[in-house]
Amino acid sequence: MQDIAETDIGKLRIARPGPYRQILASLLLLAALAYIIRAFWLGAIEWHYVADYLFSPPILRGVRGTIIMTICAMALGVVLGTVVAIMRMSSVATLRTAAIFYIWLFRGIPALLQLLLWFNLALIFPTLSLFGLFPVKTVDVMTPFVAALLGLGIQQGAYTAEVVRSGILSVDRGQMEAAQSIGMTKLRAMLTIVLPQAMRVIVPPIGNETIGMVKLTSLASVIQYSEVLRTVGDVYYANSRVIELLIVAGIWYIVIVTALSIAQSYIEKYFSKGWGRTALKAAPNAPDTLEAA
Amino acid sequence: MQPILRALHVEKYFGAFQALKDVSLLVSRGEVVCIIGPSGSGKSTLLRCISQLESIDGGVITVEDEIAGFRRDGDTLVPLSDARIAAQRQRVGMVFQRFNLFPHRSVLQNLMEGPVRVQKRPAGECRAEAVALLDRVGLAEKASAYPNELSGGQQQRVAIARALAMRPKILLFDEPTSALDPELVGEVLSVMKELARSGMTMMVVTHEIAFCREVADRVIFMDGGAIIAAGTPDEMIVRPTNPRVANFISAVL
Repeated sequence: MQDIAETDIGKLRIARPGPYRQILASLLLLAALAYIIRAFWLGAIEWHYVADYLFSPPILRGVRGTIIMTICAMALGVVLGTVVAIMRMSSVATLRTAAIFYIWLFRGIPALLQLLLWFNLALIFPTLSLFGLFPVKTVDVMTPFVAALLGLGIQQGAYTAEVVRSGILSVDRGQMEAAQSIGMTKLRAMLTIVLPQAMRVIVPPIGNETIGMVKLTSLASVIQYSEVLRTVGDVYYANSRVIELLIVAGIWYIVIVTALSIAQSYIEKYFSKGWGRTALKAAPNAPDTLEAA
Repeated sequence: MQPILRALHVEKYFGAFQALKDVSLLVSRGEVVCIIGPSGSGKSTLLRCISQLESIDGGVITVEDEIAGFRRDGDTLVPLSDARIAAQRQRVGMVFQRFNLFPHRSVLQNLMEGPVRVQKRPAGECRAEAVALLDRVGLAEKASAYPNELSGGQQQRVAIARALAMRPKILLFDEPTSALDPELVGEVLSVMKELARSGMTMMVVTHEIAFCREVADRVIFMDGGAIIAAGTPDEMIVRPTNPRVANFISAVL
């Protein structure tokens, strides 16, 4: 009260907190980091092995295996997921029930268990055929690649179905109706009008799941599919440099995931067409047609 | 004159609720019919049944003497496939309250989507026609804009152009100005007036009583899912005889 009365309060200075807390926090963090780095440097890690094996042919083969499996399993998962999501929203009760059953079953069983089941399919079905046509021996078909692809892709489809469904639900119902009003069938409207808009909501979680899949492919090492973890293991069984080679694998996973994260941001930008920044331009353009009124 | 649209004894239920009760109506070629009435009276439902966004539970609707949504088999009506219904919808254009433009497509693409992808007409021809339509609704310079760059009134005019691009036989308007800021209503109504003058067959659900009086050939009053009264704008708006219509008119004017 008194202050206000006797001074010109408009000229008071606002104190800013000093930089000390920031500096202190940084110093503590650097010290902790230095301690950890020092521990690893002095630990029994022969770092030159990491450098030697990072680009060695067997490891690179494993990296290729991981990338190929990630792409194939995600492709299968996204296709299955989209089909199942559309089935789940169908007006035909049988399709809805089938979709719910699929999601329930393949989300409920651990991925590793699914891989093992596919890989050992020959135990219950020694031969596979199309209604008696083209019989083949299951062991010939169910290679580690195929078993891993089916196991990972089909369980991914169950998760992706829910992601795609939430994306479809995020699109205004009026979009479907407008598409139908210009003569589109429901399916065409879904594929050309609704799904492209749903992508904006679908892409971020799918990106997330793709990154999850990169690491999930390591499960395929259990059924002898040659991905990074498997090839790294093959090497360290021979030379006993376990930690060094595990670090090699870790570096490759980080590299792949980083590349995917960058790709994801470009894909998100592509599908946000018609949203976002451009909207800001609307206001100044708005009143230019009032003379028509 | 041969009616272009016939609705005969149309019934529509949503669960136990009866949204349309024995609604019958004939619309002639080039006629402008305005439908007024309190909200929840079934006006929009009637339009949605005519455009086959809703299926009907009784009665029959014909467009150009073809039964909408069904094929006749003796005494029964058998529902048509989704593809057949989609083909029939092309003759009935629809303009929505909330525009429903495709936000991921430019204005020009919004107009060309149906003619090119559904009707499979040559893209060059469709483009020229789309540009002409945009010019007609006064938005030629917005061809490459995206819907969210436009005002509500502009979006609704694009939506009208999009419906026209399908060369519909009849154009339905479901409260086309209700979602607009007051100062943007006029530009949409003036496009609709021009359309009416050009001989387009139109059915308009609206609360714009002044528009009905000026443009409508016939005004229909609905309440409780049924048509209560119908007549010329003069009979219905200027000197309504039916007390319920008179009440409604005096309440909204």
